[in-house]
Order: sequence, then structure tokens, then C-alpha cells
Amino acid sequence: MTFNAPAIWIALPILVGILLLLIRNARALSMIGGSIALALALVAQFVPIATALRVGNLSLKIDSSLTVLGRVMTIESAEGSLLAMIYGGAALWFFGSWAAVGAARIVPMGFMILGLLVASIAVQPFLYAALFIEMAILISVPMLTSVYRSPSKGILRFLIYQTLAMPFILLAGWLLAGVEASPGDLDLAAQSASMLGLGLAFLLAIFPLYNWIPMLLEDSHPFTAGFLIWILPTITIIFAAGFLDGYSWIRSSPQTILAFRSAGLLMIVTGGLWAAFQRHFGRIMAFGSIAETGFSLLALSLDSRAGIPILFLLIPARTLTLALWALGLAVIRDNTETLRFGAARGALRFAPFAGTAILLATLSTSAFPLLAGFPARLALWENLSRTSLPAAIWMTIGIMGLLTSAVRSLAVLGMAEEFTSWEAREDFTQRIMLTLGMIGLFILGLFPQTAQFFLSELPLMFEHLGR
Amino acid sequence: MLILEWVAVGVVVVTSVGLLIARDWRVSISLLALQYLAMFVLLLSHLPLGMASVKVVAGWMSCAILGMTRSDLTEILEDEGLWPRGRLFRLFAATLVGIIVAGAVPGVDAIMADAGLPVTSGALLLIGMGLLHLGITSQILRVTQGLMTVIAGFEILYATVESSVLVAALLAVITLGLALVGAYLMIASHSRPAETS
Repeated sequence: MTFNAPAIWIALPILVGILLLLIRNARALSMIGGSIALALALVAQFVPIATALRVGNLSLKIDSSLTVLGRVMTIESAEGSLLAMIYGGAALWFFGSWAAVGAARIVPMGFMILGLLVASIAVQPFLYAALFIEMAILISVPMLTSVYRSPSKGILRFLIYQTLAMPFILLAGWLLAGVEASPGDLDLAAQSASMLGLGLAFLLAIFPLYNWIPMLLEDSHPFTAGFLIWILPTITIIFAAGFLDGYSWIRSSPQTILAFRSAGLLMIVTGGLWAAFQRHFGRIMAFGSIAETGFSLLALSLDSRAGIPILFLLIPARTLTLALWALGLAVIRDNTETLRFGAARGALRFAPFAGTAILLATLSTSAFPLLAGFPARLALWENLSRTSLPAAIWMTIGIMGLLTSAVRSLAVLGMAEEFTSWEAREDFTQRIMLTLGMIGLFILGLFPQTAQFFLSELPLMFEHLGR
Repeated sequence: MLILEWVAVGVVVVTSVGLLIARDWRVSISLLALQYLAMFVLLLSHLPLGMASVKVVAGWMSCAILGMTRSDLTEILEDEGLWPRGRLFRLFAATLVGIIVAGAVPGVDAIMADAGLPVTSGALLLIGMGLLHLGITSQILRVTQGLMTVIAGFEILYATVESSVLVAALLAVITLGLALVGAYLMIASHSRPAETS
């Protein structure tokens, strides 16, 4: 029996997403969606691609390629762990949508977005990825805002900035092919690098193009917005790494390394410092996620033998941290209507699980020891300090900003009126999910090697990076 | 054919500037539809008739989606932000964009494998005017039109170097998707406002 990898991990999720639009029950959506995503993750991890597998009398084989309108979509066996991580992370978000009241639509829309983003990794030549990413962005707009609620300016900016990325990436791809044909043409190389830089800056929301993220987290449901700011940068960073892998002159150029390092540091420093001065929990998460993207860019700026494993080590921590953070915010917002400091003051008294989850997630992003974010950031710090001490100091400044935001959050969440009694308003599901998430943060922080099961094979998806 | 292409560039100038200054949504959507016709003419020099037709049909369908949605909504006073609203200001800004485009055309034409001056001029004009449009408005219909204008300009330019069927199909889907998203947001904008900072 022969299956097809792009059909399983691209077409099937899109189809499932369309069918799930028919289901209205939030719990059913969460359970079905989470289970299917988990099944897709398990198949990706344990069933080899392009290798025959014998189960009793049955011989199963998953082909790696699918031809669509003259172009090939290919999912190599080395990408199995990446798919497992993406769909495993999505399962976490989909199960979490059960507990996050009002976030059920991330399940059908999320499946379609996942399918399109996996297509962006699989399409050959990979420059066409920009088209699939744009389609995923268009689908994410109805996920972010309800038709019964006036859209915020953040959504419009998100749509504009992300749409503008597509032309730059496509043109960069065409110019890069020209550079390969005539490597001595420095003007063409500069033009293609500028196009690529602009495209990635829009796509990854690099400073100063990230103002839509805080606006989105302020106005949209934190869980749906959180899902988007998890999946989009994660896939885009892998896409950017694909560029480095595919073109040796970009990979070996000192300017590229400097650009990635400067962009990463700008994201960490501005994200950290601005998080420290926010008075809205959603905006703090937004700046935390911006800093997270900065860490990934910094990892790309390192020697790829160290940087690529760190880049992949950042992904599970980012997934769990953002999911827990978003769920905590969703629970608090359900009790307070808004996430402004004034409204959410003393939230630890009426939502202790959610409040603790928010604090731990903020601390994890701030590289606090024993939590999920710490091992990857420590490795990043260590490698960065060997390359450039000033860069390591700037990273420290950004992290100090994030830590300040965590301390301020603790102060506000704990600042209840005198004699206010403790009354946990979270329901049973919310308590269980938040507790499991917090335990997960500690497990990833104390035993980072547990993630190696997924991560060890991941650098093999690149031909040159990480070798 | 060359004369026809220059006529199409003239139409692009009229429609893109018209989109900037038109206040009636019926006029602006008609101009957008006309813009797709000019795009079709410019595409014909690099794409087969069938593929160029796909793009113009997708564009017209998008105009229909936007028009039908807008016609069902009541008139509301829409916020234009801090930018000056006067037609003279917009005409002045459009002139500046035109000057920049005129300066950039020869260089871009050389990079884009000698696409032809009318094709490059038309494409850059659409991109420039679309970006200007995006910069001076926050109305959902106008933002959608601005994005569609930028994408239309890019499609003309990209067609000169890439004639893949998959790319043409995906770009058509994106044009339709933009119109659908714009329609969705227009309907949503007539609901209660979101939490503001």
C-alpha cells in the first residue's frame, strides 16, 4: 500500500480543516482536532518516509513527492521530526482550545494554516513558499477576528505587512537564481540580498515592522493570536534557514551574519525593554514573542554547527511557553474582560493557576533557570559570547527587560485588595491543562535532553547547515 | 502591440490616481476593474492568452466580491487617520510617486530581463500608487484596493520572468483571497468596535 507524504501532511490537514468548519461544539472540535494533529505527529515521527515498512502481511510505503501543476512538493524523511514537532505543537494548541473559552475556531483554521505552511516547506523550488505563506495569512484573518466584532488596526497592519513580504521574497528568489548563474555580479547580489532582507523583515516582523503584534495581542483573543505568533515565525525561520542552506554565498557572507545578529539583537533588546514598560498582559506576551524571534535570529547568526541545534532547541520551548502564556491570558481575560493591569490586578486570588502560568511563561522567556527557555538561551549566550562579547551584553540587556516585565507582572497579579479571599475560578479542564503546561516547562528546563528525541535528526533536513 | 501597451499604461495612470482620489466606492471599484483590464493588456506580451485571462478574471471576480459586499452595507463615517484628506494633497503625492517611478523604470527594466518599458512602467506605477494608497488610508475597502493594486503591479513584473502555471494559479487564488478577506473585514467593521488601547 502506497501513501503520499504531501497528501498526508498538506492535503489531509486542509481537508480536515474544511470539514471541521461544520462542527460547532468547541469541545468536540478540540478533541477531534487535537487527536488528528497528534496522530499526524506520531506518524511523522515513527513511520519512515520513502522506505517500505512491513506490518504483518501488509507493506506500507509513504512516497516523498507529489506533482501539482508541474511543480513538485517533496517531504524528505529527514523532515519527519520537524513535521512531528509542528503537528505535536499544534495538538497542544488544539487541546488547549478546549480550556480557552472562545478560541475554538483555531482548530479548523489552524489545520488549514498548518497544511499551507507545511506546503511552504515542501514546495520545490522553495522560493514559491512565499505564495503558500500568503495564503495561510489570508486564512488567519477570519481566525483572528469575528465577523460580529469590528476589526482592530492591528489586523489590517498584519495583513498589509505580511502581504507585502510575498513580492519581495518571490523577486529575491528570481534574482538569487541570477546570482548563481553569474556569481561575479556584485550589483545583482546586493539587489537580491536587499530584496530577501526586506521580504524576511516583513515576514518575521523584524524591528520596526512588528507593531502589529502588540496591537493584535491587545485586541484579539490571546489564544488565537498566540497560535499565530507561534506558528508563523517558527515556519518562517526554517524558511530563512533554507535560504542560508541553499545559497553558499549568502551563508558564507559576513554581512549576512551581521544582519542576522543585528536584527536578532534589535528584536531582543527592543522586545525586552518595551515589555518592561507595558501595562497590558497581552502586550507583554507580544513583546516576549518578539524577543523569542530575536533569539532564533541570533541562533542563525552563529556558526551553523552550533546555531542550528540551538535554533531547533528553541522551538519546543517556544511552543510550550507561548501556548501556556496564551491559555493563562485567555482564562484571566474570561474573568476580567480586559488584560490591562488595572483590570487584572490581584488575578492570582481568583485565577491562581492562570496567574502562575503567566508568570512562569514570562520567566521562561526571560531565560530563568529551571524553566524551558533556559537551556537554549544559555547555549546561545555561551556561543554568542565566544563570537562577540558586546552582542552577548546586549542580549543580557534584553533579558533583563523581560525579567523586569516578569517581576512587574508578579506585582500586579499579586496586588489584591486587603482581605480578598482566594477563590480559584478556573474550571477543572483549565486547571489540568495549565498544571500540565507548567510541569512541562519544568521538565524541558530540568531535562532538556528529553527534547533530543525529536531534535537530534532535525539538522539532517539541511544539506549544508549544521554539518 | 506597443501602442496598445502604452495605452494600457495611460489607463493605469488614470485608474491608479483615480483610486486615490475617488470618494464613491462605486467609482473606485469600477476603476479597479478597469485597472485589471489594463493589466491584462500588459501581461499579454509575456504570458499566453489563457494565463493572462485567468488573472483578469480573478481580478474582476474580486471586484465583484468587494462591490457586492459594499453594496449591502450602510454608509458609515470612516476614520481616515491623521493624513490630509484633500484631493490636491493626494494628487501631489501621486505626482511624486510618478516622478520616482519615471526615474526607476530604466534601471528596473534592465534588471527584469528587458521586460519592455511600457510593462515595467505600468507595473511600477501600480506598485507605487498601491503603496501610497496603503500609506494614507485605514479604510478597509481602500486598504484592500491598495493591496490588490500592489499585487497587480507585482504580477505584471513577475510574469516577465516567471510563467509557471502553479504560480499563476496561486497568485489568482491570492487575489481572490484578498477580496474575500476584505469583504469579511468590511462586514465585521459594521459590528461593534474592538477594545481600544
